[in-house]
Amino acid sequence: MTKSEALSWFRIFEMFRFESFHMYGIIGTAVILGAIIISMMKIFKVRVAGGGVVDYNSLPLNMKRHLISGTIFGLGWALVGACPGPMFVLAGNGYFFILVVIAGAVFGTYIYGLIRNRLPH
Amino acid sequence: MLEDLIYPSWHWSVSGAAIALILFLLTIAGRSFGVSTTFRNICGLVGAGKKNDFFTFNPSEDSWRMFFMGGAIIGGFLAGVVFPNPYAVGLNYDTMVALEKMGIVYPDADSLGHGFFPDEYFRWDSLKAWIIALSGGFLIGFGSRYADGCTSGHAITGLSHFQLPSLLTVIGFFIGGLLMTHFLMPLIL
Repeated sequence: MTKSEALSWFRIFEMFRFESFHMYGIIGTAVILGAIIISMMKIFKVRVAGGGVVDYNSLPLNMKRHLISGTIFGLGWALVGACPGPMFVLAGNGYFFILVVIAGAVFGTYIYGLIRNRLPH
Repeated sequence: MLEDLIYPSWHWSVSGAAIALILFLLTIAGRSFGVSTTFRNICGLVGAGKKNDFFTFNPSEDSWRMFFMGGAIIGGFLAGVVFPNPYAVGLNYDTMVALEKMGIVYPDADSLGHGFFPDEYFRWDSLKAWIIALSGGFLIGFGSRYADGCTSGHAITGLSHFQLPSLLTVIGFFIGGLLMTHFLMPLIL
């Protein structure tokens, strides 16, 4: 994350302005290789720890939920310029103000847990 | 020779491959790669599981995420503090101009000089910075839990499994991100 600059607030801003291929290169490489790896594991029925083969608990399709929840996340992602993984990497880099963002994220998660039964899923 | 490899930045494809490797290792370990659940686990660890079983921390299921988080912090320390790149991120010039219009001068806005985080804007003594950081974090925490995953869980893991819900969620990520970057941030910052 650090060495490829994917943790950079500025890189995220640049990505959402479509002014660099950098972040798309990272995500694209990860998804293409990831899809090949997962597909191979399924085709060759690779056994995983805990027994069984690779499986995925699909979410029930609910277009509204996916788009709305995704949009909420995206608003935050662009504003603080970091998604959850890079937040911790930024903290390791010595940018301790990101701890405030992490505190906000924990609080947001907590509020979701309190009201999730009232949200459409 | 080794120094030439370990200090400078790495090509984006190296990082993409490293993420795919993490996906592979967690999958073969019988886990599902997703970072945002860490926040849920933190809620559980500070006691939120007592009243609400949504947050219950199950050590055999959830402990690895705490180690993953620790690893991410150590990795950031090694890559950014022990073996730092002497050059700041090579940002697009147009991006720098847009930032300057919002009062963020690049790369001076990063006191450490890496171009990683505008800590000259997000200062401890700025109430506005606190409000932005807390509300941005809130949106990320709430949104990722409602979406049941963040960039790692949906954009990487879900898309690698060809999941339509993940694709729709990622489209949502970009709707929100584009709205914020192009319309809201110039008003907020």
